Amino acid sequence: MSQGTIRVLIAKPGLDGHDRGAKVICRALRDAGMEVIYTGLRRTPEEIVSAAVQEDADVIGLSILSGAHNVLFPRILKLLEEQNAVDIPVIAGGIIPEKDIPKLKKAGIREIFLPGSSTEDIIRWIEEHVRSGGKKA
Amino acid sequence: MAKNETADDDLKSACRRWKDTVYGPARAAGPSGPELTTVSGRRLKELYTPLDLNGWDYRRDAGFPGEPPYVRGIQPTMYHGKLWTMRQFSGFGNPEDTNRRYKYLLSHGQTGLSVAFHLPTLMGIDSDHPLARGEVGKCGVAVDSLADMEILFDGIPLDRITTSMTINAPAAVLWAMYIAVAEKQGVSPRVISGTIQNDILKEYIAQKTFIFPPEPSMKLIVDTFEHGAREVPRWNTISISGYHIREAGATALQELAFTLRDGIEYVEWARRRGLDVDEFAPRLSYFFNAHNDFFEEIAKFRAARKIWAEVMRDRFKAKNPRSWWLRFHTQTSGVSLTAQQPYNNVVRVAIQALAAVLGGTQSLHTNSLDETYALPSEEAVTIALRTQQIIAHESGVINSLDPLGGSYLVERLTCDLAGEARDLIRKIDDMGGMVKAIELGWPQKEVADSAFWYQKAVERGEKILVGVNAFAGEHETIPILEVDESAARRQLERLKTVRSSRNGTRARETLDDLRKAASDGVNVMPFLLRAVKAYATLGEIIETFKDVYGEYQEPADF
Repeated sequence: MSQGTIRVLIAKPGLDGHDRGAKVICRALRDAGMEVIYTGLRRTPEEIVSAAVQEDADVIGLSILSGAHNVLFPRILKLLEEQNAVDIPVIAGGIIPEKDIPKLKKAGIREIFLPGSSTEDIIRWIEEHVRSGGKKA
Repeated sequence: MAKNETADDDLKSACRRWKDTVYGPARAAGPSGPELTTVSGRRLKELYTPLDLNGWDYRRDAGFPGEPPYVRGIQPTMYHGKLWTMRQFSGFGNPEDTNRRYKYLLSHGQTGLSVAFHLPTLMGIDSDHPLARGEVGKCGVAVDSLADMEILFDGIPLDRITTSMTINAPAAVLWAMYIAVAEKQGVSPRVISGTIQNDILKEYIAQKTFIFPPEPSMKLIVDTFEHGAREVPRWNTISISGYHIREAGATALQELAFTLRDGIEYVEWARRRGLDVDEFAPRLSYFFNAHNDFFEEIAKFRAARKIWAEVMRDRFKAKNPRSWWLRFHTQTSGVSLTAQQPYNNVVRVAIQALAAVLGGTQSLHTNSLDETYALPSEEAVTIALRTQQIIAHESGVINSLDPLGGSYLVERLTCDLAGEARDLIRKIDDMGGMVKAIELGWPQKEVADSAFWYQKAVERGEKILVGVNAFAGEHETIPILEVDESAARRQLERLKTVRSSRNGTRARETLDDLRKAASDGVNVMPFLLRAVKAYATLGEIIETFKDVYGEYQEPADF
C-alpha cells in the first residue's frame, strides 16, 4: 500500500440489512482510488471500533437506516475515545431525522450525508478532511 | 395474406416517412431533449405503431380478464367486483401504540391490516437482547411473545379483518402467534385470512434479514405451506417479493425475473416434500414494487401474470386455474422518494399507485411523504391512503378493465419484458436454481451493479431527480413521527413480566419438544403452536432453531 492511499472503513451498525447505500459508497470510494474495508452487516460498536483500529483506518463511514443511531453513534465515539483513536474522523449516512443531526455532531460525528447526497460530495469531504486536519495531516 | 403484407409495407414506409421527414427534422431543429430511456435504462422508441405488434396475437398474448394468460387481470370483473385492498403497512413503538394506529386506520376506511415489526423481531431476538439496544419499537412494533400479539390485535375481529405480516426468517413463529390469538378470540384457524411474507430468498438477495442458512430456511417455509394447506386454508403462506430486490437497486426486469424464479424455487422445494402443486399453489402470492417509470411498471405487472400462468401450467402441470393466477400486492417505491422538497413525494406516490392499479394489483400500500426521514406521521399516512381513494373513486381509471390493453407501447413492453425475464429465469435454472445462484452471489452482484449504475447516472445528470439534481430550492422541514423512548421501557417491563409469570417448566418443555422436532426434520408447526401458547418468547424459539440449523453469514462483498 502506498503511503498516500486513504483507507476507509465503511461500517453497518444496527440491525437493518439495507446495504444498497453502503455498497454504492464502497464502490465509489474505491473508484476514487481509496482503499475500502467493508464490515458487512449488523456490526456492534465494539466490532466497528476494533476493525477501525486494527485496519488503521483514516476515516470511518457509518451507514444506518434502523433508527438506532442516537444510541449506537455515541457508543462508537466513546469506544474510539477509549482506544485513543478520536483522531479518526467519523462520518455517517442513512435515514437520520434532521433534528437528530445537531446532537450527533455535538457528540463528535463530523458530517452526516442525507439521502440524495452525491458520492462526489463524500469523496471530496474525505479528501479534504483526511489530507488536512485529519489523522495523517 | 398478400393484402396484409402490402398493408404492412405501406405502414412501414409511412412510418419511415414520418420519422425521416417530420419527427427527425423537428427534433434536430429543437433543443436536444432527454435520452429516451426508462428508470431501468431501457431504451424506448420515439413512437410505437401497429408494426411493433407484428406477430402479436390478441387472444394468445393478451386474452380476456379472468382467462389465461391473465395479462389483462386475473379476475373476470377486476375492480368492478371489488376494489383492491387498501393496506397500509404500519407498526411502531409497543403493541399498545400500534393497536391504536390500526384502529385509527380501520376507522378511516382502510380495509386490511399490515404489520411492520421492529428489527429485533425480524431478526428473531427479544427486546432485551444486547443487539436490540436502540432498536426497540423504532422500525416497527415490538413483539416478543404471544402476550404482545394479544395486545396488538385487541378489539380487532380476526374473523373479519385480513392481516398481512411482513416477517421472513421467523415467519412461522409469528404466524403461530397469530393463529393462537385468533383461537383466543374464538375464531377458528380455518376462517382467518391474511398473508405472511415468509420469503427468505429475497432476504439473501436484497433485504438481508436472514437468520438460518438457505436449506433449513426453505424447509421451514415448506412446513408453513403444508400446515396452511391442511389447517389454515384461507391463509397466503408466502408473499414472494420483488419489492425489496427493486429497492436494493434492481431494474424492473431483474425484479420481475428474480422474483418469479424465487417463486419457481419454492414450488420445486414443496413438490420435493411430496405436496401436490394444486394443494398449495393457490395460496402463493406475490409482492411487487411500483417505481416511477409508469409504462414499464404497468408492463412488468402484466408480464408477471403471463409468465406465472405459463410456468404453473406448463412447467408444473397445475390443473387448478387458481394455481395459475399471479395475485399480487404492490407498494410504491420507497427509494424513489426524496428528502429534498418532501411534499413532491405525494405526487410520485400518486403516479406509482396509478401504475399499480393500471397493472391490476390486488392490494396496495402507498408510501407517505415523510419516509426518507422516519416512520410516517398520522397526517402523512392519511394523505397516502387518500391518494388511493382518489384513484379509486375520482379518477375513473377503474371504469373499463385493463384500460391500457392494446396500447402499442404497453403490449410491446409486456412482451419484451416477458421474453427477457424468461431468458434470465433459464439462466438461473442453468446455475442449478435460485438457492445455488444465491450461494454463488450472482443475483446479489447483479443488483449491486444496477444500483451503482443508477447512482452514477443521477450524478452525471442523465437521470433527473426533481429537487435533488435539478430544480433544487429552499430546504423545507416537515413534522415527523417520534417514537417515544418510554415505549421501549414498557416493552422491556412486559417481557420481564411474561418470563416471570408464565409456567417456566411448561415453556421449557415445549422448547425441548421443538428442538427434537427440528432435529428429526418433521413439520415444526404443531410444536411452534404449543411453544407460543406456553409463552415461550420469540428469542427463545429462534435460539432453539439456531442450535439445530446454524446461522447464515454473508460474505462482506461490495
